[in-house]
Amino acid sequence: MGMNTQGRPTRMAENIATGGYADTTSGSRGLEQAEPLIYERGSTEQTGVDLPEPKGTALRLGGLERKSVLGLPGLSEPETMRHYVRLSRKNYAIDLGLYPLGSCTMKHNPRLNEKVARMPGFADVHPLQPASTVQGAYEVIDLLAHWLKTLTGMPAVAMSPKAGAHGEFCGMMAIRAKLDADGQSHRRRVLVPESAHGTNPATAVQCGFVCDEIPADATGRVDMEAFKAKLGDDVAGIMLTNPNTCGLFERDIREIADLIHEAGGYFYCDGANFNAIVGRVRPGDLGVDAMHINLHKTFSTPHGGGGPGAGPTVLSEALAPFAPVPYTVHRNGVFEMVEHEGQSDGQPFGRMAAFHGQMGMFTRALTYMLSHGSDGLKQVADDAVLNANYIQARLKHVMTPAFEGTCMHEALFDDRFLKDTGVTTLDFAKAMIDEGYHPMTMYFPLVVHGAMLIEPTETESKSGLDRFIDTLEALAEAAKAGETARFQAAPVHAPTKRLDETRAARQPVLRWTPTESNEMEAAE
Amino acid sequence: MRYLPHTDTDRKAMLDAIGVASMDALFTDVPEAARLDGLIDLPKKQGELQVERAMAALSAKNISASSAPFFVGAGAYKHHIPSTVDHLIQRSEFLTAYTPYQPEISQGTLQTLFEFQTQVAQLTGMDVANASMYDGSTACAEAVMMAARVTRRMKGVLAGNVHPHYVEATKTLAKYSDVSIEVTEPGPGGLDALIAAIDEETACVVVQTPDVFGQLHDLRAISEAAHAKGALVIAAFTEVVSLGLVEAPGAMGADIAVGEGQSIGVGLNFGGPYVGLFACKDDRRFIRQMPGRLAGETVDADGRRGYVLTLSTREQHIRRDKATSNICTNAGLCSLAFTIHMTLLGEMGLTQLARINHETACDLADALGAIEGVDVINGAFFNEFAVRLPRPAAEVVDQLAKVGVLGGVPASRLFPGQFEDVLLVAATETNTLDDIAIFAKALAGVL
Repeated sequence: MGMNTQGRPTRMAENIATGGYADTTSGSRGLEQAEPLIYERGSTEQTGVDLPEPKGTALRLGGLERKSVLGLPGLSEPETMRHYVRLSRKNYAIDLGLYPLGSCTMKHNPRLNEKVARMPGFADVHPLQPASTVQGAYEVIDLLAHWLKTLTGMPAVAMSPKAGAHGEFCGMMAIRAKLDADGQSHRRRVLVPESAHGTNPATAVQCGFVCDEIPADATGRVDMEAFKAKLGDDVAGIMLTNPNTCGLFERDIREIADLIHEAGGYFYCDGANFNAIVGRVRPGDLGVDAMHINLHKTFSTPHGGGGPGAGPTVLSEALAPFAPVPYTVHRNGVFEMVEHEGQSDGQPFGRMAAFHGQMGMFTRALTYMLSHGSDGLKQVADDAVLNANYIQARLKHVMTPAFEGTCMHEALFDDRFLKDTGVTTLDFAKAMIDEGYHPMTMYFPLVVHGAMLIEPTETESKSGLDRFIDTLEALAEAAKAGETARFQAAPVHAPTKRLDETRAARQPVLRWTPTESNEMEAAE
Repeated sequence: MRYLPHTDTDRKAMLDAIGVASMDALFTDVPEAARLDGLIDLPKKQGELQVERAMAALSAKNISASSAPFFVGAGAYKHHIPSTVDHLIQRSEFLTAYTPYQPEISQGTLQTLFEFQTQVAQLTGMDVANASMYDGSTACAEAVMMAARVTRRMKGVLAGNVHPHYVEATKTLAKYSDVSIEVTEPGPGGLDALIAAIDEETACVVVQTPDVFGQLHDLRAISEAAHAKGALVIAAFTEVVSLGLVEAPGAMGADIAVGEGQSIGVGLNFGGPYVGLFACKDDRRFIRQMPGRLAGETVDADGRRGYVLTLSTREQHIRRDKATSNICTNAGLCSLAFTIHMTLLGEMGLTQLARINHETACDLADALGAIEGVDVINGAFFNEFAVRLPRPAAEVVDQLAKVGVLGGVPASRLFPGQFEDVLLVAATETNTLDDIAIFAKALAGVL
């Protein structure tokens, strides 16, 4: 390629093979540092720790000493620091800018929560220590449970689910256990709106149910006639997100709850969107039987690049006896943990995971709640809803809202405004990256063509929203003005250009593999 | 409220732009009966100082592992974590990023996941690993369901010496599926009963090594027996450091390896969040049936190497009711902590760390075994073993706590009504010879 004619040595092929740039010798560009894998940097003879020399005691491994190759590269501490700091700079983050992923609630993560989670009495205690040595930890679980029950108006909560989907599993298992206990095991059909998160149908099936989809009506809500037509004595319940995934409150929710109860079924509410109503509306007042609460959404525990989350699940009086172990009880001024089904007064459906739940998320969420209080949490819901409506109101002249009227905490647009421009929702999203924004949720919910679901959250300022709105407005106008090529090439200002996802799936490379040449390099 | 940027002037201007008179106008879809008058009955907002004080008071009610001679294991282990790890995982770009759905601005997370997957595959002696699960117990449960899908057989057989929480989590996941779960009798001894339980309907056998009593197992015989009947072998572990010294599951014939990664980078955290490790052999049937996220290598429009989440046609957001699992998130930040710590260790550091753990456990076994009436049960162990006491272990542990020693887990806490005289103890690089001497003296004192 052209480089040699400019009279400088080229490492182009090598640079691009390890993710670097082709137009500099180093593969880096200014502050964008090229960074190969640890497997291309480190060696098995390098380490970033200083440990005492083993004494050479005779092994008591029963002859099972490892003989197979490990091959793990090590890096010194400064090299490790630089490797991961360089990689971190290739990530977008809520601390860098607005992160409007609908359904994900990317809000500010207060650092007090991080500090508290690291207090030795929380971070450095073992789940199986004697109860007398962890009374404060049991109390945190109990206190958080109290806040969750009070905020939702529900009598019970299972604290151990480890994520939202795990909480769904908990709630649906409780429903299944209740049906079985009542001789209603023939009820296997679960009604799931077609706009639901994919986890809902996957969870229902995991609990031995079959899914029956209900369509949305013209306003983006459950089609009541279709819903009523599907009720019958084989119905186990409904899984409904509220506010729903179109960012709308299900106006008929009380009627839905009453009808499903009359039909002998239960109402599972997907609590992913609780942020829109926290402190303002209690799901218990809406007839909900079970709802998971994503502590990593509404209560701001950090998303961490995909977890860990936590999904405590509130339960109605009818389902409470079936809550899984473990759970805390308070007797004679002492907290105890009920860890086994045989020790329970109820009929637990089982245990969901080892130990007692995501303590590190509990301490963060409780800190967040204590900071906000009942007044602050209500303001959270208000500002989250205000921000989404502000975006919708200011963009509806250039973009196309999927439904009429105001929304809750997220604004949903479809791709009608891109009709005949040659620009797709994906292109539009990638162009946002070039403008310094993380894209909104794309192509979800499935009921809206080319969906763009924008959830700003309450922690964005008006001036920040104004800049974001101006940017989207300019992009929409550019698309309509025929600047198609710019969108299709996007992103051009990100750490990489558009990545080939088809190739990744067709020729899966899921790990680094030693080859003769890179083994030699590592040995150098 | 310090986390909320709007002034009342802002709010008024925004309501005007929307064209409504008040916030209440945006909540009119809520049924009237469910609209709250005023605030929910909970305390009001507090400043950072007040909240920190309240939480510190709760923290102070607990005895932390570092503040006492500490020998508690049984699925979670106290290890030293280099300071670099916690600094790096608190980088805003890692801490406050979402799942890497937009790969062009998530290469940091994606490349570290690719490194994580490779490290886990190497540790377990497997070909591929996923981007992590919630924890070891749920990884175990998902592995059994995966084995059933791969073999199209409906029986999972678990060794009785698998950590009871792992067994229970597996039973819960399988409860309303077509998969039945059989568990052999727990207790000291080999894997003969497990071998005998394998038949033509068996999808998989699950063996933990080191097991919940700390006993190490050679998986070669069970692998041979299982494969002869067309069943898969799932190797489970709760102490990943053991893989620095003990033979890898993949080298002993296991098809799937699952376990807890908490020991590396994560910390005790009173039981969570942890990081589930999930690896398997490179078999197309396996990979298409794996649960959880997978990062894969690809190129961008300029041909430069990059990483994306891949093979998502297995997953709930695409496949919905036909997905391999309902799992959405992984243990993101914990897997990052694991990768950073493992990178600091490297092969040399890990091997040395594992060796020190084993040697410390040998010292502990010698010290406890020398006490009259105390018997070390295990023949072979890594950093954890079981001892038989002349009195119920639960009482002993409570008495030890009163004298400031956290002296292990009574086996009866995991197996109610069984093994009342058995105490599970673990030792790691964090234990000094002084700790061991204090423990031995205290134990002799309370017996």
